[in-house]
Amino acid sequence: MSEPVSDRVAMMPGAAALPRDNGTLVFSAPWEGRALAIAVDVMDRLAVPWDEFRSRLIAAIAEEPGRPYYESWAAALEQLLVDFDVCTPAALDAATPKERPSPEERPTPSERPSPSERASL
Amino acid sequence: MSEDHGHGHHAAPLAPVEARVAAMEALLTEKGLLDPAVVDEIVAHFENNLGPMNGARVVARAWVDPDYKTRLLADGTAAIAELGFGGPEGEHMVVVENTPDVHNMIVCTLCSCYPWPTLGLPPTWYKAPAYRSRAVREPRALLAEMGTVVPDDVEIRVWDSSAEARYLVLPQRPAGVDGKTEDELASLVTRDSMIGVQRL
Repeated sequence: MSEPVSDRVAMMPGAAALPRDNGTLVFSAPWEGRALAIAVDVMDRLAVPWDEFRSRLIAAIAEEPGRPYYESWAAALEQLLVDFDVCTPAALDAATPKERPSPEERPTPSERPSPSERASL
Repeated sequence: MSEDHGHGHHAAPLAPVEARVAAMEALLTEKGLLDPAVVDEIVAHFENNLGPMNGARVVARAWVDPDYKTRLLADGTAAIAELGFGGPEGEHMVVVENTPDVHNMIVCTLCSCYPWPTLGLPPTWYKAPAYRSRAVREPRALLAEMGTVVPDDVEIRVWDSSAEARYLVLPQRPAGVDGKTEDELASLVTRDSMIGVQRL
């Protein structure tokens, strides 16, 4: 990863500034942290300047001022991925899970260990 | 994980935006444009290096304020809320104290219950099946492999987190830190020490 990019992300001023409480970054759910990190990594790999994402984030926040910060973040990221032809809305729809995947490997229900197998772990 | 409902391991249902972020992560990973391990690293960097962890402030307060420590051990959720930390995944907090005779460690054997308002996001290994099973079966050997050798005369207690009880380890205050400020003490407290896989 690119640490200087992370630091720039952490220092974004104004409406784009990451939510903080008394200086500490605040994630109100784990997916928010992942959304942040996905954007940082994928911008780096696509060689898209961070400002491209930042201006889209500011626009997304302005579009729906009452929306939680990381929901605007996710919306801006999704639109950028679509605009840069990285994925289509249809592919995203198809990949959208109906329930929270299990933490280690997202198995289908039939692949999950039964209670008796769990007990022997 | 619908089968976990009876165990109370899962709190909030999957929100649409959370599902969408999971979809982006899955697609980008599939296309080779993302490495989940790198995402973990970036999250850790933001969590650990770009702002102190809330849990460290709880621990430091308990080290300097015996009355706070008493309240913290009696009612973790309330004492942690005194410092302004809480929320849906920060309820039912139970703080377990390390002593010269007892070392505590935390696991969630069924999924990945974790007190993220105090500890941030869980590390990848916390969710791994190997950690989840071996923490219960052979905690001493597992800790040693993770670089933490617990002396044989120290009892290891393993606490299985769930939605009903999310555990946080109160590490022992290291020797030789008298005179340090609460902020300085907080900077000594690591995430791993509050999960109980490290001793300070």
